[in-house]
Amino acid sequence: MSGLPERDLDPEELEQEEAFDSSSQASSTQTSTITWINWFTSLPGHDYFCEVHEDFIEDDFNLTGLQSMVPFWKEALEMVLDVEPEEDSSKIPDVSIVENSAELLYGLVHQRFILTKAGLQLMVDKYEQGHFGACPRVFCHATHVLPCGRADMPGVDTVKLFCPNCGDIYAPPSSKYSGLDGAFFGTTFGPLFFQTYPELLAAPFYASPSTSSTQPSGERGFSPSPSPSRIGGETFVNPNPHGGQKAALGRVYVPRIYGFKVSERARSGPRMKWLRERPERAEELDLVDRLGRWKDQVESAPDGMGGKGSRGDDDEMGGGGGGKGALFDDEDEVEEDEEEEEEEEATGQSNSAGGAQQPQAEIRQYMSRGHIEADEMLVVGLDAKALGMRGQARRTGRDVEGEDDERSG
Amino acid sequence: MDDISTGSESDYSNSWIAWFLSTKGNEYFAEVDEDYILDRFNLTGLNGEVVQEYSRALDLITDSLDDEALDDDVREAVETSARFLYGLIHARYIVTSRGLSKMLDKYRKADFGRCPRVYCYSQPLLPVGLSDIPYQKAVKLYCPRCEDIYSPKSNRHGSIDGAYFGTTFPHMLFMVYPQMIPAKTQPVGEVSRGLGIAGSLTGAGREQPSSVGTVSTAAAAVKAERYEPRIFGFRVNEEAKLSRWRTARRDTQIARLEALEKEQAQPNL
Ligand SMILES: [Zn+2]
Ligand SMILES: [Zn+2]
Repeated sequence: MSGLPERDLDPEELEQEEAFDSSSQASSTQTSTITWINWFTSLPGHDYFCEVHEDFIEDDFNLTGLQSMVPFWKEALEMVLDVEPEEDSSKIPDVSIVENSAELLYGLVHQRFILTKAGLQLMVDKYEQGHFGACPRVFCHATHVLPCGRADMPGVDTVKLFCPNCGDIYAPPSSKYSGLDGAFFGTTFGPLFFQTYPELLAAPFYASPSTSSTQPSGERGFSPSPSPSRIGGETFVNPNPHGGQKAALGRVYVPRIYGFKVSERARSGPRMKWLRERPERAEELDLVDRLGRWKDQVESAPDGMGGKGSRGDDDEMGGGGGGKGALFDDEDEVEEDEEEEEEEEATGQSNSAGGAQQPQAEIRQYMSRGHIEADEMLVVGLDAKALGMRGQARRTGRDVEGEDDERSG
Repeated sequence: MDDISTGSESDYSNSWIAWFLSTKGNEYFAEVDEDYILDRFNLTGLNGEVVQEYSRALDLITDSLDDEALDDDVREAVETSARFLYGLIHARYIVTSRGLSKMLDKYRKADFGRCPRVYCYSQPLLPVGLSDIPYQKAVKLYCPRCEDIYSPKSNRHGSIDGAYFGTTFPHMLFMVYPQMIPAKTQPVGEVSRGLGIAGSLTGAGREQPSSVGTVSTAAAAVKAERYEPRIFGFRVNEEAKLSRWRTARRDTQIARLEALEKEQAQPNL
């Protein structure tokens, strides 16, 4: 009966427990429904652990190689399995030492257990319920994260959280996890988890953003509905059957000053867009060789990329000339327009109430130095003609599309 | 006796702004100079149409409101408007040179928190809006190391209007203080892969620009670290492909920037 997940005590057992308690000796019989594992995994900061099945721990094969890593192995094992210690347990100097050993033992067994079918199943249940929290990155829209380690040996690194959308790892948000060893989850678990459940992993390319806006709620995360990830009502497909099958949330942050993109020509200009970018199509991944170089025309790299249909930097090529609006085909911006129209109505004249008063002299100065780019005129109140631009639409100061309240979930 | 003593110090501590700044959840705000608020020019566009109870709210902020005469409902409304008005003024103030410098001090103290991304090594963050219009988006945090934006950890901060900081602020700050741009490398003194995130709170020298160098930032990104998942030691195929594609993108940008630099250097020499 040990290892049952339910914690509710039925009245009979409760009576029994009380009886044992009053006799001041917790009994050898396994009448208590709260096992050590139940207790341990319910401690603060231990909620990333799943409950390892006792029969997994009881199988010596699964413990191969661990004995030498855990002091007081036998006693620790007995503690974890709620086995009554043998008579000569007086050798143990201090219960707390055994407790530490039990924790280490459990963690190391946990690392192995979560690679099994049963373990993966328990962890995916927790994952889908959002037990491990959400990615703090704004454009990941609260994608659920998964605990992982950067080392398999204990004592090296604390647990981290892997986001299957941005593919990055984050420190847990609360200090209660700051002592939790990453080895208790290990390096293999994350990749194996998403190989097993590719529908939870973002595809490496970023499909049409204009359609993704039609279903903002689908970005919230996986939780309630088990339906496959969809975009615009169509099931999303990654041509690579072994790759991530979830539509990526692919927006990348664009820094702006008074509504103008900060140019990469500025010393403080963007240098890290590549870290979050994805190609538009899966095939584009194959344009790169194993050393991370474009296969064709490695030499002509600065101009080479424009023809590859890659997103992003292309529009920054020519510096701050006018007329770039026409080249600008980022559909994210199209997506914004709809929302902006609504908001313009809603907020009316309060545009000017917002933070930035656009000091035109300053803008002109930055622009002449090429530090900001006049490819778009996003800020209301800025006189485009005065700046020598042409043809830009007057728009609101809203320059980044709706990440539907990513704080939920 | 200290409490009732005259002098600007006790005036200050009793001021509305001091109260506002000390209120829990308002840690991101800088103190806007009263001079700035009193200069009508800086408030251009802010008026009764934008802010209800505008003049009383302004009086409250500048401690010149006689609120004894107000009934509770009105006082409440004025109080709410004052917070709103302060936020809007704040957004303008923090992109002035005085405001930038005050926010820089707060950044140095990591008042806005630190980047949760592991390979940013607890880089201090800066608040940023996704809109300059109020009531659109809550405030976010910009990391100058990974150049990405994150949601504040706490709901108290997560519900502050992003327009009180604006879209421009952090980028203006680094435009004006390029020496503050952090390097993309692991900060010196960081214990490599030490157990304990707490270690990140110590390194006092961290915020000092172990910076990108005084000359060029063109190749800054080369040193940036990334997470590369492995399964039993092997890189995962699709992730590895994406990672290489990103490397190519990165290097393309670097080549482009370096070519630009060369081009610009020549006529000047
Ligand atoms: Zn993410
Ligand atoms: Zn960062």
